[in-house]
Amino acid sequence: MQQTARLSGSASSNSWRNAGMPLDLGILNNVRVNRSATERRVAALPGRRAVKGPAQSAWLLKAVTCIDLTTLNGDDTEGRVRRLCAKARQPVRPDILEGLGMGDRRITTGAVCVYHRFVPTAVEALKGTGIPVAAVSTGFPAGLAPHDTKLAEIQSSVADGAEEIDIVITREHVLTGNWQALYDEMRDFRDACGEAHVKAILATGDLKTLRNVAKASLVCMMAGADFIKTSTGKEGVNATLPVSLTMIRTIRQYQELTGFKIGYKPAGGVSKAKDVLNYFALMKEELGRDWLEPDLFRIGASSLLADIERQLEHHVTGAYSALERHPIG
Amino acid sequence: MNVAGYFDSMDYAPSFEDDGAARKWLASHAKGFGHFIDGAFTKPGAETFETSEPATGKTLAKISQGTDADVNAAVTAARKAAKSWAALPGHQRALKLYALARMIQRNARLLAVVEALDNGKPIRETRDIDMPLAARHFYHHAGWAQIQESEFRDFEPLGVVGQIIPWNFPFLMLAWKVAPALALGNTVVLKPAEATSLTALLFAELAAAAGLPKGVLNIVTGDGRTGGLITEHDGLDKIAFTGSTSVGRKIREVTAGTGKSLTLELGGKSPFIVFEDADIDAAVEGVVDAIWLNQGQVCCAGSRLIVQEGIAETFHKRLAARMEHLRVGLSLDKTIDIGAIIDGDQLTRIRSMVDRGVADGGTLLQPATDMPEGGCFFPPTVLRDMPQTAEAATEEIFGPVAVSTTFRTPGEAIELANHTRYGLSASVWSESVNQALDVAAKLASGIVWVNGTNMMDAGVGFGGVKESGFGREGGREGCFEYLRNRAWTKGKQRSASEPPASRDYVIAPVDRTAKLFIGGKQARPDGNHSRPVVGTDGKVLGEVGEGNRKDIRNAVEAARAAAGWGAKSQHNRAQILYYLGENLSARADEFAARLRAMTGASATKARDEVDASISRLFTYGAWADKYEGRVHMPPMRGLALAIPEAIGTVGVICPPEAPLLGFISAVAPLIATGNRVVAIPSEPHPLSATDFYSVVETSDVPAGVLNIVTGDSMALAKVLAQHNGVDGLWAFGTADLSETVEKLSVGNLKRTFTDYGRRFDWSDPAVAEGEAFLRRATQVKNIWVPYGE
Repeated sequence: MQQTARLSGSASSNSWRNAGMPLDLGILNNVRVNRSATERRVAALPGRRAVKGPAQSAWLLKAVTCIDLTTLNGDDTEGRVRRLCAKARQPVRPDILEGLGMGDRRITTGAVCVYHRFVPTAVEALKGTGIPVAAVSTGFPAGLAPHDTKLAEIQSSVADGAEEIDIVITREHVLTGNWQALYDEMRDFRDACGEAHVKAILATGDLKTLRNVAKASLVCMMAGADFIKTSTGKEGVNATLPVSLTMIRTIRQYQELTGFKIGYKPAGGVSKAKDVLNYFALMKEELGRDWLEPDLFRIGASSLLADIERQLEHHVTGAYSALERHPIG
Repeated sequence: MNVAGYFDSMDYAPSFEDDGAARKWLASHAKGFGHFIDGAFTKPGAETFETSEPATGKTLAKISQGTDADVNAAVTAARKAAKSWAALPGHQRALKLYALARMIQRNARLLAVVEALDNGKPIRETRDIDMPLAARHFYHHAGWAQIQESEFRDFEPLGVVGQIIPWNFPFLMLAWKVAPALALGNTVVLKPAEATSLTALLFAELAAAAGLPKGVLNIVTGDGRTGGLITEHDGLDKIAFTGSTSVGRKIREVTAGTGKSLTLELGGKSPFIVFEDADIDAAVEGVVDAIWLNQGQVCCAGSRLIVQEGIAETFHKRLAARMEHLRVGLSLDKTIDIGAIIDGDQLTRIRSMVDRGVADGGTLLQPATDMPEGGCFFPPTVLRDMPQTAEAATEEIFGPVAVSTTFRTPGEAIELANHTRYGLSASVWSESVNQALDVAAKLASGIVWVNGTNMMDAGVGFGGVKESGFGREGGREGCFEYLRNRAWTKGKQRSASEPPASRDYVIAPVDRTAKLFIGGKQARPDGNHSRPVVGTDGKVLGEVGEGNRKDIRNAVEAARAAAGWGAKSQHNRAQILYYLGENLSARADEFAARLRAMTGASATKARDEVDASISRLFTYGAWADKYEGRVHMPPMRGLALAIPEAIGTVGVICPPEAPLLGFISAVAPLIATGNRVVAIPSEPHPLSATDFYSVVETSDVPAGVLNIVTGDSMALAKVLAQHNGVDGLWAFGTADLSETVEKLSVGNLKRTFTDYGRRFDWSDPAVAEGEAFLRRATQVKNIWVPYGE
């Protein structure tokens, strides 16, 4: 049975790492996304796939392993980052894991996600855990720094020990239909990442239409993105299920085209345990079992973990829990 | 499995809806259910049968078989309650309907669980679709009751309505039937399907508690025999039926000539068209909603996939992949997509039709889905590249089985879609608004969903064309099915009058031979026989052709060939109607003289009839570009366009009286709305109609739009009624004629309009012209257009 695989690091994961493909405008021109139908699908799904009982606990624990535990704020400090890393190492109270019969499993979050400035702090704090550090580079969140500066930032993050780089695309390229520019930008980012895996943040809240989202997703995958990710968390609208369905259907299409499996990361707005079950069901139904592991699915979140912890304690004790009963992250 | 097991497998755990409350309710009726008559339950009858869970085969309850006495008692109770119910102010009825809606919402989960158990469908569907839609139906119709007095001023309730509903959406169909009937002031005798009576009985119990007056709603359970007792009962004013086309035919035959209003919602083999510019993933998901909702046991299921050839491979590949994710299971499991088939007979039927479909050349697509042990289950199935000659391609399977074929051009897609005896619904998948709406307009079906499927709402009419039945349920268009036009209740019974015996001949200075008028040309009758036209004074005024079945055949062919008339602009049709009026007016004296000679009318009366005919042509010229549709606003982001469409080719048996005005009154609304007509003029006085063809010839009426065949009304009516290329038939004459026409119309389930021998006062515009006739000349197509980018 599959264990918690790591997105980066192991040789086996590199063997299927997305090699990209030439930009194919024909494919882009054929992109059609019907918003109403997309909404209907995601609206009906929770009713079709209730997850209760032990399966729910298991799914929520799995979600923990897929969380990119994140702090991306102007007031971040080393102390704050260290506290977050401690939570990433032990996201769920050991007695709760015991209670769920999971005491023998090493449950950590999928990664810790910080600004470039804090990569060394996080790497140090996570030493020996195998938990990768992800850095948001490339002039996060607007992505409007000079291109060379962005590439230099990626290289510095990698040099500082980041194993994953979350890049932001230039939304202008999407909004003006300049797919070649988006493709070139993404290729450069990917090259600059080297061995580090790259997640392309589309900032879907800025792209507005699902067609834009689908096209940007495809271009980023063609240009070598390992993951596609919805949001910086700073746009007006972050991850939604309709946007997610649109993006993961392009992942499926890209797999049909190239055979490569691309990961998916909704970010921002996934704050309730219930939400994450819906995301899992969507991944499982639309893409399949493989996308329920952290090598192909991550959730960018800061407050989700706290809600999951409460739910898990409730599963163990039968009593509703409270926030302060779980260590702060 | 424990947490660790699920953590590794990431499987779903079966998750069952709590059925405690439902079992408790069933246990409280362990002795069996009686009927609900006059506000109370009867004791269980002498003959009972068991209703069971299709998912497990376990017995749920004992139901009574309704007898003659039960049906009589129910009709009597309903009749007794009818007067005071109808007399209630709309607001008072609205309050009752509103209370029923609230009551459904308060008990939604109990109803949903009982329904899922009894029918076998997934709890998701009863909980998320059936019950919310049912409540919405009562809310919506509470609104119609509230505003009935102002909105339907010229109408009154029909009286007592018999309603027979199917097992596929037991409670939703009850709501569709009961809500409008009660809202508009009728009382009801309803028979649920014998396999699924429970939610109807539960509803009756709840309705009584909600304060619905005694006798307003009566529920008699039983099988088809009880249904037969209801349809044959002479104490009912209407039968509303949802079910199979074959039973619908029987009901049409049984009710023929009785004057009962009739609504039939029957079968379908609905097309699901996917264009190459569709969102293919959305369309694939659409198939799930189209044919795997309710195990495909849906009259409007999208069961014929018609896919553009260039994307057929991709589409089917993705569809097959999607099918692998479908889960089949017990109805109360909250992790499934597909539940149980209603019973073993239906399962056997589906299985054998699929087997024959494979033998006939269809490629079987079925996923490796786990199937529950026991119970009546059938896997989701697609028969790919199904030859159109195969049974599976043309006959309703009523199970989770779609057939697919490909097309090359939009025209071919429409041709394939329309090439069926049915016409309930259609889905069109295309991201081009031009393509989607163009195709939607050309599809012969009562409902078209653009980029969607199986959408329903209380505010949007539901119902089919062709052999999918007639009448609409929901929306304003549905209200008329439960109302009677007050002006039409006053018609006097025609006295059978023998034409006077001929004594003498009127010799015209130059012989004028009235011919038939077919395809824009004057034609000699096929048999080359003539019949004399005798005036009131006994003198033979002339001779007209003795039309026979071949003349009807030719006229129908000409009418069908003139299909372009329906596509002409409304303005253009209006102009032609005005032009007919103008040209008739130029010959008013001559037409008046002819009327006097034939009918013995006074000069004034004859002239009045001509003037009224000119006015009537103008009326329908006026309406031609004003009889518009509506834009419904169902609760979604989008619109439903309710468009009145022509019925098609319509036969008209003109009334014996008012030889010109009767003829014009029937023909003008039909052609104004785009129909093509084969008219049989007044049998005793046909010359006004034959004189009229030269008016037609000078008025730019395209060939085939109006065809005139003279002769024996009854004989020609029979040919028209049995002609499967005729879509509608209007017959004004004896009660016998009405009955004959209705009875013989079952071949292709024509839309009939008859007067049961009661004469319209053709001279009274309040009776004989306007929207009531236009409504009869059209049927509403609802095009659902969800939007959003």
